[in-house]
Amino acid sequence: MKNLSWGFILLVFSAFLLNLDAFELRKGQKTERISGSAGDVLEDDPVGRLKVFVYELPSKYNKKILQKDPRCLNHMFAAEIYMHRFLLSSPVRTLNPEEADWFYTPVYTTCDLTPNGLPLPFKSPRMMRSAIQLISSNWPYWNRTEGADHFFIVPHDFGACFHYQEEKAIERGILPLLQRATLVQTFGQRNHVCLKEGSITVPPYAPPQKMQSHLIPPSIPRSIFVYFRGLFYDVGNDPEGGYYARGARAAVWENFKDNPLFDISTEHPTTYYEDMQRAVFCLCPLGWAPWSPRLVEAVIFGCIPVIIADDIVLPFADAIPWEDIGVFVDEKDVPNLDTILTSIPTEVILRKQRLLANPSMKQAMLFPHPAQPGDAFHQILNGLARKLPHDKSVYLRKGEKVLNWTAGPLADLKPW
Amino acid sequence: MKLLALHQSYANRGRSNSFRGQTPLDSAVDGGNAVKSPSGIFWLILHCLCCLVSLVLGFRFSRLVFYLLFSTTSINNLYTSTTTSFGSATDIAETLSFTTSLRILSPPVVNNTTSAVTSRVVVGRHGIRIRPWPHPDPVEVMKAHKIIEAVQREQKVQYGIKNPRTLIAITPTYVRTFQALHLTGLMHTLMNLPYDVVWIVVEAGGATNETAALLAKSELQVKHIGFEKKMPVFWEGRHKMESQMRLRALRVVREEKLDGIVMFADDSNMHSLELFDEIQKVEWIGAVSVGILAHSSHPDEDPFEVQKTMDEEDDKESTFPVQGPACNSSELLIGWHTFNSLVYKGKSANYIGDMAIVLPRKLEWSGFVMNSRLVWKEAEFRPDWIEDLDTVVAGDGDDDIENPLSLVKDSSMVEPLGGCGKKVMLWWLRAEARADSKFPSGWIIDPPLEMTVAAKRTPWTDFPPELPSNTQKVISATQENAEKRATKTRTPKSRRSSRGKRKHDSKNADARASARTSGERIN
Repeated sequence: MKNLSWGFILLVFSAFLLNLDAFELRKGQKTERISGSAGDVLEDDPVGRLKVFVYELPSKYNKKILQKDPRCLNHMFAAEIYMHRFLLSSPVRTLNPEEADWFYTPVYTTCDLTPNGLPLPFKSPRMMRSAIQLISSNWPYWNRTEGADHFFIVPHDFGACFHYQEEKAIERGILPLLQRATLVQTFGQRNHVCLKEGSITVPPYAPPQKMQSHLIPPSIPRSIFVYFRGLFYDVGNDPEGGYYARGARAAVWENFKDNPLFDISTEHPTTYYEDMQRAVFCLCPLGWAPWSPRLVEAVIFGCIPVIIADDIVLPFADAIPWEDIGVFVDEKDVPNLDTILTSIPTEVILRKQRLLANPSMKQAMLFPHPAQPGDAFHQILNGLARKLPHDKSVYLRKGEKVLNWTAGPLADLKPW
Repeated sequence: MKLLALHQSYANRGRSNSFRGQTPLDSAVDGGNAVKSPSGIFWLILHCLCCLVSLVLGFRFSRLVFYLLFSTTSINNLYTSTTTSFGSATDIAETLSFTTSLRILSPPVVNNTTSAVTSRVVVGRHGIRIRPWPHPDPVEVMKAHKIIEAVQREQKVQYGIKNPRTLIAITPTYVRTFQALHLTGLMHTLMNLPYDVVWIVVEAGGATNETAALLAKSELQVKHIGFEKKMPVFWEGRHKMESQMRLRALRVVREEKLDGIVMFADDSNMHSLELFDEIQKVEWIGAVSVGILAHSSHPDEDPFEVQKTMDEEDDKESTFPVQGPACNSSELLIGWHTFNSLVYKGKSANYIGDMAIVLPRKLEWSGFVMNSRLVWKEAEFRPDWIEDLDTVVAGDGDDDIENPLSLVKDSSMVEPLGGCGKKVMLWWLRAEARADSKFPSGWIIDPPLEMTVAAKRTPWTDFPPELPSNTQKVISATQENAEKRATKTRTPKSRRSSRGKRKHDSKNADARASARTSGERIN
């Protein structure tokens, strides 16, 4: 009898506690848990779930390139360099290639910069080929699977198509030698040649220190409705418009340049980050490529991203339910952007802001150094871990060859 | 050259003439090929034609033609910005549609031939979609503002002040010329607050209907208390009486056990809305910085005289006086900034309406906020270092204290607010007309002014005001209104009186006369 009464009291007490928690969450709830199609995986720890072997390439593939031009550490393609550094000191790294699940090749293909700071991709295919030739001749693991358990980081405009112009990139297609490897890239567009099945889409690199230093108190009221700073017409390359951004940015300008709700211009204000924190919606339209660092900035500053890029694949699409977080607008609906945005119900907007306020969401978009749990490095490893175990068919039988080493334009076959 | 250029543009469609370098070799090759083959010659002729048409139209319509012919996007609901003579371009496009054997120069086809999977996203030139009337829609602007309001409310709930306390504002006032001016400003400030407000207005000379009418315009909870003594004319006396009135209000708080934060809102002060957010942080008694707006940088000279010379000494003297808490570097209260009135000795205003600077007391009441529980009778509600109100002040209303610090035994316990006094959110000002100045009661001209003085040098001709008959009253009223609007310089608010329409015309006529009188007075 006494046990029963004690048990009853315990039950009531625990019920009371649970109720209290639930009540506190509902009232003034600041964040909401994020779970994508792969489940609630943003906070998974990859340590123990996979092992990565890092090939020791001669420094001409990585260190020397970086020494030649240290600007590579700050531009939006810097993820490849930071990923290498992260893997070198990460607990998932193994020095025994026999027990490795994944193999990483540290080759910095996006570090050949123009004086303006933009990367030239003309030598990248040759560099990649040369690196693969090296690893296939010095280690047996490439030939074992023809690269199916290798991953490469190709953060350039159109990924492994290695060109900045979309038509040229489509013509070239993905480098033939990378047909079986897993590609970690920033470019993602459905039904596009340059997005391979099974690729992992990552956000572009945005400097975390710089963004943290521009944070303003969250109690400052958001008073800008729609915010955008950037080009509408790329006058140097496409003066008449219609090519750049498939005409979408120009349409935004022409339709909304006199609309007081839209704070859009081509200026470069010093208060760019602060202004984003005072805005409700931030436009993230496509440019020459569909992805842009604006998405990362919008997520960090709690501004709901309005993504205007048809068929785009956003970073970590299986871990993050982007449909619930951002607003997707078709390019053909851009003239009605104001109607679309004002007709979103208030509860939906508040929910999106709650999801954006989730710290694990913000962490997943960043590449901090030193690495922190839940950041983009860990999300990449989580993505790789979710692809394990490898299918038996990736291991080739003796003598079987799938890749064509002579495919591709002649210029690519020249040694680097 | 132009031909070659055109060739280049067509053959290299999609290649942007970017800074990354471009090979002009292809153009020469293409040009050579074009001359040799018959289709090339035909193409050449076509290009000549296009050139001429472009010259006539004034823009390069060739790209437009190709776009119109080969674009996969539907043309029906498309409005592009690049065409001025849109109609003529389409006509020409139709006449040129017989050209069928065109090489794959058209942009949208490129993607289809190289990608196996059909994609609805097409590479190449697209139109810039503009809707028929690309301007803001007021209904949507209102909806957007509602959204912004909802977002800001949510932000306030999450990051702002939780459990806001009632604000108890204590204001001493009395009927005078500037009362409406000051009280309206304060009233609107209090009406704009997101907090509950209890406004205790203590009126010297007893509670009057005038003040009550003014207070009734607000939708606030007002306690209008009469203080049965007339406000003295001298500033010294006025300051003293105001303190007594405030103590009277504190007694009301004590008797009715009002719960909340007490602040002393003088009717002539200027308050920033941030002040009210800041004082919610007070636990027992807090102090804010008050900016004193009664300052002239040359106290020895007439304040109305224009400064002709600017010396370097001006910088030293022109510091803005602020009363409030003084903190050390670790944000602890160490003292007070007070107003140094010795500089102005003998030059300050003595009576209300004096043409000299009105000086504040050493520390003004308005710079202090208190938890209302400090003045409650029961001792258990307040901490030990607060005196009971009754022990400090006798209960009959004759005694007064200079500022709330007299209630505090240990003045180091006062909380400095507003970034430790760094932020000034409140300004003290005493702007008053002479005590014997006349003003229309309730600021309503009723009955109309009786003085009629002929105006000199008026630009309009003097003609006697006609009193039209009642049947024509509507038409003539509008006429006169139009006239009046065109000619009035300074009229009292006669049209806004609540009189009926029948007396409207006579009023207008008299108002016009009074307009002339006021105009005369200016001259």
